[in-house]
Amino acid sequence: MKQILSALEESFGDRATVSESLGQTVVQLPAAEIVSVVTFLKSQGFNMLIDISAVDRLGREPRFDVVYHLYHLELKDWLRLKVQVGGDAPSVPSIAHVFASANWAERECYDMFGIRFRGHPDLKRILMPEDWKGHPLRKDYPLTGLDPLPPLVHE
Amino acid sequence: MAGVEDRPILFASVKKLAQWAQSGSLWPAQFGLACCAIEMMATAASRFDLSRFGAEVMRASPRQADVMIVAGRVSQKMAPIVRELYDQMPEPKWVIAMGACASVGGVFNNYAIVQGVDRVVPVDVYVPGCPPTPEGLLEAVMQLQKKIRMGGRPMAPAMPSPEEVAHA
Repeated sequence: MKQILSALEESFGDRATVSESLGQTVVQLPAAEIVSVVTFLKSQGFNMLIDISAVDRLGREPRFDVVYHLYHLELKDWLRLKVQVGGDAPSVPSIAHVFASANWAERECYDMFGIRFRGHPDLKRILMPEDWKGHPLRKDYPLTGLDPLPPLVHE
Repeated sequence: MAGVEDRPILFASVKKLAQWAQSGSLWPAQFGLACCAIEMMATAASRFDLSRFGAEVMRASPRQADVMIVAGRVSQKMAPIVRELYDQMPEPKWVIAMGACASVGGVFNNYAIVQGVDRVVPVDVYVPGCPPTPEGLLEAVMQLQKKIRMGGRPMAPAMPSPEEVAHA
């Protein structure tokens, strides 16, 4: 693990910051580096993408943390990647061509947070109906939805 | 009519007879949306035995069913599908909203869950509980039977004429 991290710092220098949080290694990196870092880590044995999610830190700019969890099947060790994105149309490069399982994870992240994944083969909603408005896991999305309750149906 | 009283003949209106027959032969649509479906399965199985009330013939096609037991929470994405199933059921048809979620949304007071299936299809009987016991669902079936026998829902409407179909 230490070798991989030092090789990572060697290759990416100060563009990837390694730290530790809650007993897990965290790598902070800019959005532009995500594809090359993930490709590098996959070549180092982090060959399982667990999940891609996001955190909405409303009020902070950049507003979102996109969080990637990788697992090293031989070392049995975890790695968390964090990318900060913001702006009116937050977007990060897609890693679906590196990890095929990123396809649906990125779609879910787009559906729930409205974060676009550039280069994704088919970026559409996965959980909510296709004509849904808004992104429900954003902190400024009302819990009970945007639309008023429809009327009761009688005979 | 003289002499008829002594013979084994039953007098009733056709409507009453039809209602009696309908109430004693309910065919639920076989689908469940969440944990309530587990209780619905238990209701149909040996211990509670829904067939004692003539409602054991769960059909996997809505075209062969006349009762829709909405067993579980209805997500916004599922709502149009539930409505389509309802529309595919032949008249006369009834709906049981099983459990808190199907009745009013239950604990899911949020954007993703329909706040009561009566916002999608008309409901005849609501069953409280989370989930309701099999006895609760049996009670709902009995209430529905009572409602049918009292003429709570109209009988099948007449088939539309070709002219009406052309204008629709």
